[in-house]
Amino acid sequence: MYAQMVKSTGNLKTRDEMSPEEAHFQDRIDAGEKIEPKDWMPEGYRKTLIRQIGQHAHSEIVGQLPEGNWITRAPTLERKAILLAKVQDEAGHGLYLYCAAETLGVSRDELTEDLLSGRMKYSSIFNYPTLNWADIGAVGWLVDGAAIMNQVPLQRTSFGPYSRAMIRICKEESFHQRQGYDIMMKMAQGSEAQKRMAQDALNRVWYPALMMFGPSDKDSVHSGQSMAWKIKINTNDELRQKFVDQTVPQAEFLGLTVPDENLKWNEEKGGYDFSEPDWNEFFEVVRGNGPCNTDRINARIKAWEDGAWVRDGLMAHAQKKSSQVAAE
Amino acid sequence: MEVTDALQQFATRMGDNTLILGHRVSEWCGHAPVLEEDIALANTALDLIGQTQFWLGLAAEIQDEGKSADDIAFLRDVWDFRNLLLLELPNDDFGRTLMRQFLFDAWQSIHLPRLALSSDPRVAAIAEKASKEVAYHVERSADTVVGLGDGSAESHKRMQAALDYLWPYVGEIFDTDEVDDVLSEAGIVTHPSSLKGEYYALIERVLTKATLSIPEDPFAHKGGRSGFRHTEHLGHILVEMQWLQRAYPGSKW
Repeated sequence: MYAQMVKSTGNLKTRDEMSPEEAHFQDRIDAGEKIEPKDWMPEGYRKTLIRQIGQHAHSEIVGQLPEGNWITRAPTLERKAILLAKVQDEAGHGLYLYCAAETLGVSRDELTEDLLSGRMKYSSIFNYPTLNWADIGAVGWLVDGAAIMNQVPLQRTSFGPYSRAMIRICKEESFHQRQGYDIMMKMAQGSEAQKRMAQDALNRVWYPALMMFGPSDKDSVHSGQSMAWKIKINTNDELRQKFVDQTVPQAEFLGLTVPDENLKWNEEKGGYDFSEPDWNEFFEVVRGNGPCNTDRINARIKAWEDGAWVRDGLMAHAQKKSSQVAAE
Repeated sequence: MEVTDALQQFATRMGDNTLILGHRVSEWCGHAPVLEEDIALANTALDLIGQTQFWLGLAAEIQDEGKSADDIAFLRDVWDFRNLLLLELPNDDFGRTLMRQFLFDAWQSIHLPRLALSSDPRVAAIAEKASKEVAYHVERSADTVVGLGDGSAESHKRMQAALDYLWPYVGEIFDTDEVDDVLSEAGIVTHPSSLKGEYYALIERVLTKATLSIPEDPFAHKGGRSGFRHTEHLGHILVEMQWLQRAYPGSKW
């Protein structure tokens, strides 16, 4: 799940404020039924889902870039093949998420235009650079790890096509996370230079990974309605805590140091105490001021514009063929 | 020339072809004209790198100096590479990338099924597996060449330009030497010259359907297959591809 700060359309209503249709809709969700594209749904539910699924799809597409940055430099044939397979999976995730969004009455081209014009966002994490080979390990281990943390509960989300897409995606993501951790193991057990790469990657990726869950609950204004609709299952802080609790022992096993002086096991709460990421940095990245925002979006704009003649050409060919068939 | 030496050369040529083309195709990652093409290009590159592991693995096995496929891929310099010049040329636009893919897929689609009948079981097994992948590749690249050649005025113009640019590099496929003679004599490979007619018939059929004109000049650049003279582009591919192995020698990744 790569959706952050998805604005929920519609205020959380009490039962008394709901129309009979809205009440019936909420009953279905409360009973754990899946909502399908042809079912009646509140306009706010539809719009919020388009934003959320669209943002997730865009993240898969933009997310190809930081990993693609290392395919041609992967250190072995096997690592190259694994990374290609992973990036191919991610493009595939993008494709079926766009398909899920299309069931809500928006086209892939419209969503693409919204991404390229900056009206829609993608996850802040992909605005950070991949600078050494261990970053590819850290992306798999931490970024896919954080994504899984969010996506596993979303398999139970109320919208049928989204839930089914999540079930498929989760299967592949756990393979991605394992391969990332495997790279980190090799690096952490490797030469001094490799260990340095691993620690450097962890130092840079740790806080941006924590930001993937979105702002703290106290600052997260859009959660209530989304949770009532089961578009969002857990709060940002719950998931972040879970992620830290899972990841810290893994870092210790690798012999790497999590870059947080305040990190400490808290027996009472049964979890780690840890430092919040720098939320000012997060909001700057969301505003477009991350280290790679401009390059990432320019790369997508260039791909889209350079590819226009290909799309037009194939369309022209398809039209010729269908008019030939019609004439026969 | 001993059969063993010839076979080692042959496996190196096959592996270098797929390695270098796999590298070029993978450069597209995240930059394709449409999402389906991103997926297809990554898939093609993945197959090519998989084939490289087998061919260069065989080359290393025959060489018997304790080297791995990775050593061969990452620790040789330009003069030891044996790929076709066609495959190291820069991608340029999507049209040239797909045209090159088709020109190579067409050759592989004819060559590999013959190799699957090789008297050497190792060659036969690799070719058997690879030919299944290539059957899909050639179908896709041929369809795309036809779609864009016989598409809009702009796409037609670009595909013709791509063909004109690449054409002088196609003939090298049939620039055979003693390696091919020795191995075909031994029943390990089908001599490429015996497949020439079939190859040109296939590409002519597709290019005609794509409304493209095949250039008349039969001139062919050579030197990749023999290793005598690569283009300037290969060195830059190796700088990028081999960097980690060269900068941190002996590391396990």
